[in-house]
Amino acid sequence: MKEPIIKFEDFGFQYDAQAEPTLKNINLEIFPGEKILIAGPSGCGKSTLTHCMNGLIPFAYPGESTGKLTIQNKEAKKLSIFEISKMVGTVLQDLDGQFIGLTVAEDIAFALENACMGQDDMKKEVRKVAEKVGIGGHLEHAPDALSGGQKQRVSMAGVMVNEVDILLFDEPLANLDPATGKKAIEIIDQIQAESGATVIIIEHRLEDVLWRDVDRIVLMKDGRIVTDAPPDELLSTDVLPENGIREPLYLTALKYAGVTVKPESKPQSIHSLTLSEADEYLVREWFHARKTAEAKEERKVLLKADKIDFTYENGFHALKNINIEIQEGELLAIVGTNGAGKSTFSKVVCGFEKQQVGSLAFHDEDMKNYSIKERADRIGYVMQNPNQMISKPQIFDEVAFGLRQRKVPENIVKAKVEEVLKICGLYPFRKWPVSALSFGQKKRVTIASILVLDPQMIILDEPTAGQDYRHYTEIMEVLQDLHERGITVVMITHDMHLMLEYAQRAVVFSGGKVIADDTSANILTNPQIIEQANLKETSLYDLALLCGIEDANLFVQHFIDYEKEEKRG
Amino acid sequence: MIQLFNYIDRVSPIHRLTGASKLACMLCWVLAAMVTFDTRYLIALTVFALALFRVSRIKVSEVKVILIFSLVFLFMNNLLIYLFSPEHGVSLYGSRTVLLTFTNRYSITAQQLLYHANVVLKYTATIPVVILFVSTTQPSEFAASLNKIGVSYKISYSVSLALRYIPDVVDEYHSISLAQQARGVELSGKENLIKRLKGATAILMPLILSSMDRIEVVSNAMELRCFGKNPKRTWYRERKFTPLDYGTIVLGFALIAISLGLQAVNGGRYWNPFL
Repeated sequence: MKEPIIKFEDFGFQYDAQAEPTLKNINLEIFPGEKILIAGPSGCGKSTLTHCMNGLIPFAYPGESTGKLTIQNKEAKKLSIFEISKMVGTVLQDLDGQFIGLTVAEDIAFALENACMGQDDMKKEVRKVAEKVGIGGHLEHAPDALSGGQKQRVSMAGVMVNEVDILLFDEPLANLDPATGKKAIEIIDQIQAESGATVIIIEHRLEDVLWRDVDRIVLMKDGRIVTDAPPDELLSTDVLPENGIREPLYLTALKYAGVTVKPESKPQSIHSLTLSEADEYLVREWFHARKTAEAKEERKVLLKADKIDFTYENGFHALKNINIEIQEGELLAIVGTNGAGKSTFSKVVCGFEKQQVGSLAFHDEDMKNYSIKERADRIGYVMQNPNQMISKPQIFDEVAFGLRQRKVPENIVKAKVEEVLKICGLYPFRKWPVSALSFGQKKRVTIASILVLDPQMIILDEPTAGQDYRHYTEIMEVLQDLHERGITVVMITHDMHLMLEYAQRAVVFSGGKVIADDTSANILTNPQIIEQANLKETSLYDLALLCGIEDANLFVQHFIDYEKEEKRG
Repeated sequence: MIQLFNYIDRVSPIHRLTGASKLACMLCWVLAAMVTFDTRYLIALTVFALALFRVSRIKVSEVKVILIFSLVFLFMNNLLIYLFSPEHGVSLYGSRTVLLTFTNRYSITAQQLLYHANVVLKYTATIPVVILFVSTTQPSEFAASLNKIGVSYKISYSVSLALRYIPDVVDEYHSISLAQQARGVELSGKENLIKRLKGATAILMPLILSSMDRIEVVSNAMELRCFGKNPKRTWYRERKFTPLDYGTIVLGFALIAISLGLQAVNGGRYWNPFL
């Protein structure tokens, strides 16, 4: 048996500022060359565990640790962050934020500069590592100008110059669109195969990581390790949903159909999955027993974008002849890659930017002469990062802010704020300071602060980005509730689950144009659109094919309808 | 978009100089202009600075914002000098030639005018070189050059990072301000000043918080890659000195020498044509 490269023995950790330990009783061995996925809901301690392995604890985040952690047979406590970074290379979650150098070459060289390497050696070394990760042709480019996959390569090169044996990925998929995320997982896999490094991935988007094989999944909850098992074994149990992690969709579908998943059927990925004749029959039966969809009722058009064309001052042609009709009370998703025009479109709708050609009509009335404030009375806009919106220390004041600016009498303010706090599930926290809330709760505060202005339509930029399944569900329940109250909800998103589960219709942007406007099920089963818009086909599609169901889109639609019934049930 | 300090890529002899020699020369230049009140010398420096500006192929429109900023500052500076000491020139030059009289206290004298001309010339002699340095030096080389003239590399790096983030922060300010305007914050001239200031805090709070997040990420990223491990570090972008670089530094010292030389000739910092 090989020696473990990282070993936790009865390890615990408590931050100085906290009353309770964040990590308890961690026993974990990671062997050289292994690929480990550490999963768990927000607040389960997986980030803390990561920081313990890369030295940010206790260097940047002080606290008290118990038990023992050894990295390559050296006790971590006795090492400095610099010594640890010679062994463990960390790729941080925020791909853009972690770039230090102005060009790819400088960014890769950063660690070498700090090690006082001479310039000639440094240039050679940078070239070597850049070739290794496949970014050699972009050395003089600015990191901002690269695609998501290339950025991932640069950040890996930046830590690999230290010749580390362990690569640590802290939520590598959090800021990537589905297709780039898939690519990132492939890159990680390829680099590991070539370098033989030990890879540790921290991520709660399990299905996406499992696009390539991992050796073990370590599941954490409340600061403890719940399970540590090979994926085929783990996925044959119910521990994932029980612990607030979403299991791969094809497994959920199999369970709905009454199929029992066993490790032998290799459930690790939809491509390795094998089903018996009987199982396939069960899935087909489940599909055929579906109810036919009710005819859609015709609704009035709330917002009509007619031939919108917009070019930024710097000459970037962001929107090209956009025609969209948004119906009253609809729950719509706008999807597409970064720079496809979806955010620009929402800015034009809110009046933050003005289109050069075309018109926007709200309730058949041209909005041309509406000010930002007048538009905001009808259309609310929630930014992606709640920290960019919150300006008051108290939750109540923050939500009341918009009303007070509009000089609404204080007794009405109180009644309205309390009402929206209830809708957003924040009423119990109304007297709390904003700083005590989690990211997901802050997000709900920003939704409440827009909702209080009674908009007929609300646009949300990435409402669920960076959220684990529980917070995701909480936010989406709020939006679903708004939708049922008749408010039109438009979500700009990368998240395919979100789109599938909640949006009735999706509009796909690509290169400044609308390339599709259809039901989510139809879009996510259309290979051509998926390719063009950097989306990823849903594994339900593959499952349908596997079971010999030709109408894959109907199968996906059935899954969505069935799941809605289940949730209501 | 507003850009205060940014590198403007061109092909010019000034761009080819290393950051360190440019920095040294700029500091000498500024010092030389600060010390002297010799109008002739200041005019010469101004002409020279504008000529260099021409050589760098940077267009005035590209540095508009900082120019306007300095002009406002220049105007305020002169106004305040005149308001608080309208006879400063008279006491300096030891004579009084009245050109115009407003009140007892405020009149216009030739000596005061010359003094103001000197102040204006100090700006015109230095601002072009400072702008030149900033817009012809890549931020990463900027850090390397600060370090080379003896500033600790940690400070050098933070200064260059800060300069680099300015455009990002401005962008962020813009998007936060739009979102807050949508919630009813009024920033336009329609509201009174106090309301607008209050509105500005509604934007600054979130801006500061999100900037702190950004700082945390980048400082973690730097520490994880051994920033601060050694008392020294090397620089990927550092370039070797060429004869032109040595020439530039010599020029800088020569300017100071002239400045000091003129002091000896004039018998003090002031060149006095009224004698």
